Amino acid sequence: MLEIKNLHARCDDTEILRGINLQVSAGEVHAIMGPNGSGKSTLAHVLAGREDYEVTEGEVLYEGKDLLEMEIEERAANGLFMAYQYPVEIPGVSNKYFLKAAMNSIRKYHKQPLIGTMDFLKLLKENMKLLGMEKNMMERSVNEGFSGGEKKRNEILQMAMLQPKLAVLDETDSGLDIDALRIVADGVNTLRSPERAIIVVTHYQRLLDYIVPDKVHVLAEGRIARSGDKSLALELEADGYAFLDTCSA
Amino acid sequence: MSTDNALLKEYSQREYQHGFVTDIEADAIAPGLSEDVVRLISSKKDEPQWLLDWRLKAYRHWLTLKEPEWHNVHYPPINYQDSIYYSAPKQQPKLNSLDEVDPVLLETYEKLGIPLEEQKVLAGVAVDAVFDSVSVATTYKETLEKEGVIFGPFSEAVHRFPELVKKYLGSVVPYTDNFFATLNSAVFSDGSFCYIPKGVRCPLELSTYFRINAQNTGQFERTLIIAEEGSYVSYLEGCTAPKRDENQLHAAVVELVAMKDAQIKYSTVQNWYPGDADGKGGIFNFVTKRGACRGDNSKISWTQVETGSAITWKYPSVILQGDHSVGEFYSVAVTANHQQADTGTKMIHIGKNTKSTIISKGISAGRGQNNYRGLVKIQKGATNARNFSQCDSLLIGDRCGAHTFPYIEVRNTTSKVEHEASTSKVGEDQIYYCRQRGLPTEDAVNMIVNGFCKEVYAELPLEFAVEARKLLNVSLEGSVG
Repeated sequence: MLEIKNLHARCDDTEILRGINLQVSAGEVHAIMGPNGSGKSTLAHVLAGREDYEVTEGEVLYEGKDLLEMEIEERAANGLFMAYQYPVEIPGVSNKYFLKAAMNSIRKYHKQPLIGTMDFLKLLKENMKLLGMEKNMMERSVNEGFSGGEKKRNEILQMAMLQPKLAVLDETDSGLDIDALRIVADGVNTLRSPERAIIVVTHYQRLLDYIVPDKVHVLAEGRIARSGDKSLALELEADGYAFLDTCSA
Repeated sequence: MSTDNALLKEYSQREYQHGFVTDIEADAIAPGLSEDVVRLISSKKDEPQWLLDWRLKAYRHWLTLKEPEWHNVHYPPINYQDSIYYSAPKQQPKLNSLDEVDPVLLETYEKLGIPLEEQKVLAGVAVDAVFDSVSVATTYKETLEKEGVIFGPFSEAVHRFPELVKKYLGSVVPYTDNFFATLNSAVFSDGSFCYIPKGVRCPLELSTYFRINAQNTGQFERTLIIAEEGSYVSYLEGCTAPKRDENQLHAAVVELVAMKDAQIKYSTVQNWYPGDADGKGGIFNFVTKRGACRGDNSKISWTQVETGSAITWKYPSVILQGDHSVGEFYSVAVTANHQQADTGTKMIHIGKNTKSTIISKGISAGRGQNNYRGLVKIQKGATNARNFSQCDSLLIGDRCGAHTFPYIEVRNTTSKVEHEASTSKVGEDQIYYCRQRGLPTEDAVNMIVNGFCKEVYAELPLEFAVEARKLLNVSLEGSVG
C-alpha cells in the first residue's frame, strides 16, 4: 500500500530525513522507534503533507499513486489519517460539527452521498462508547480544554469515524496513563483489518504490548538503521539505542 | 387620534413612489456644496420651511466644524466640494438579460444564494413580467396597513406626517452631534421612516421589502424609526450583494425611539464596495446610529455584519433613559485586504436597573485593520446598572491588525460592569489539522470563522443569518495563504 523510496526531507535548512526506505502492506502494523531527533515525527508529517517540510529527493507511492503530488486534503480523502502528537484546539467549532464536516468533505470528494444527521449521530455514539468518552465531549469545541489523554482519545475517535486505509499514529501514547493507554490501544486494535495499514510512531515499547506490531523499524539520524519483528522492540527496551553508535551513519 | 388613523389609511392606499417626479430625472447639478445647494435639495423635494431651516442651521454649523481626527483609520483627505449633493433618481434598467451582466458579479450573487429574480433587480436588468415587484410590494403594504404601521421613504413622511417627523427628527442625533451627522442633516437625500403604533407588533421583517425594491440608497441616508408604547419592530437594513456607488462618502444617520415597553431590533448587513485589491476606490461608511430607550422597559438591539466598505466608522449606540431599559449590540466586523474599521458602540445608562450587552467579533485578514471602540457610561442616577461586554478578535494571517479601545466610565457604585476580551489567530496548525481531516483550506477557514461568529449570528433574523454566513465566506475568499 505504501512504498517509500529513498526519501530525503528538510525543514528550513536542516536535512532531517536522509534516505528512508519503507514498504507497508495492507493489514500490517509497523512500529517506528528511535531516539529524539531521529526524524520519526518528521516522517509522519511528510506523509501527511505538512508544508513546513520540503522533500528534496525520493518518492512515496500510496496505492500506486504519487503521494507527494497530492494536497493534504487529497491525501486524507484517499484514506490517509494522522493521529497528531499535539492535537490543536479549534475554539467555536464543536467536535460533532467538525467530524461531520470532515466526513462529508471526504464523501464529496468521492462524489458519494453525504451522511445524514441520524446516521452520523448513531455512528458517533457507538464509537464514543467504544472509547469510553463522555457524551458532552461532542458538544465541546474541538480539543478545547481537553486533557492530554482526552485529546489522544479524540484522535482515535476521529480515526474510527473516518475509517482510513493508512493510519499514522504519531506518539499516540505520550501523555497517557495506563488506563487511557489501554483504551486507546483497544480502539486502535478494533480498527485493525486486512484492508488497513497502521504505522505507529513511538518512543516506548509499552504501547507495543497492546498494539502488537508486525514489523519494527528503528530510525536514527534520518534513516532506518534496523528492522525486525516485535522482538526488536523488546531488545530496545532492554538495551536502549546504544547499538546505533556502532552502526554506520 | 381618529384623524391620524384616517391619514394612515389614506397614506397606505396611495401608489408607492419609487423616486422623484419624472421631469426632474434629467437634472444634474454641478459638484460642490454651498447654501444654495442645500436650498436646491430642499426645493427639489418640496420640503416645508421648517425642514429647510433645520438643514440650513445644520449647514451653517458644519462650516464651523473641523473633521475629527481621533480615529484609528487612515484615509486621504475628503474633498467635500467634489461630490454631487443632488442626484437624479434611480435610472431605468439598461440591460436586457443576465447574460449582459459581469459574470464575476453573477458568481458572487450565486455564492450568496440570491434568488434569480432579485439578481436581475440588483444588476439593473429589466424584470420579467412574471415577477412583478410592484405587486409584491403592494401585498406587503396591505399587510402593514392593516396594522397601522407606517413604512416608507423619509421624504414622503415629511409630507404625510410632518408633525411626527418634526417631533422626532434630531431628537436622538441632534444636528450638532458630530461632523458627519451635521453634514448629513444639511444634505440628507432620503431614507426610511417607520412608525409603529401603540401595542402593535409589526407582522413583517421590514427588510424583504427593501431588497425587492432595490432602494437607491443614497450617500446621505436619514432613517427614523419610532416605536410607540408596547410595540415591536424588526428592521433589516442592507443587502449582502456588493454595491457600488460613484460617491465615496456615505454618511447616514439613523435614529431610533422606543417608548415604554417597546422593542426595536435593527439589523444591518453591510457590503459596500471595499475597494480593489490595492484598497483603492472603496466606500467610506461613516455612520451615526443611535437609539433612545425613552420609556421604561423598552429595548433596542443593534445587530450588524459589516464586511464591506474601505473604511467603516460607526458606533450604533443606545441611550438607556427608561428604567429597566435594555440595550444590545451584536457585531461581526470583517476587514480583509486593505479595509479598515473603527467600530463599536456606546451604552449610556441613565435610568435605574438598566442593562446592556455588547458582543463584538472582529475579524482581520490580509492587511485589514480592525478597531473596536466602545463606551460604557454609567451616570450618577443609574442605580443597579448592569453591563456585559465581550470583544473578541480573530486574526487571519500575519499582516493584519486588531486593536481595542474600551472606555468605561462609572459614576454609580451599585452598578456592575464586566468586560472580557480575547484575541486569537487562525493558526496554520489549525488549518493543517482540518486539511488532514479532508477539509480544504477555504472550508476550514470558513468553519473556524463561523464558529467564532456564532453568538452574533444567533441574534440575526433567520434569513439574514443564512445570508450573513455566506457573505462572510465570500468576503474571506483568498485571504488565507
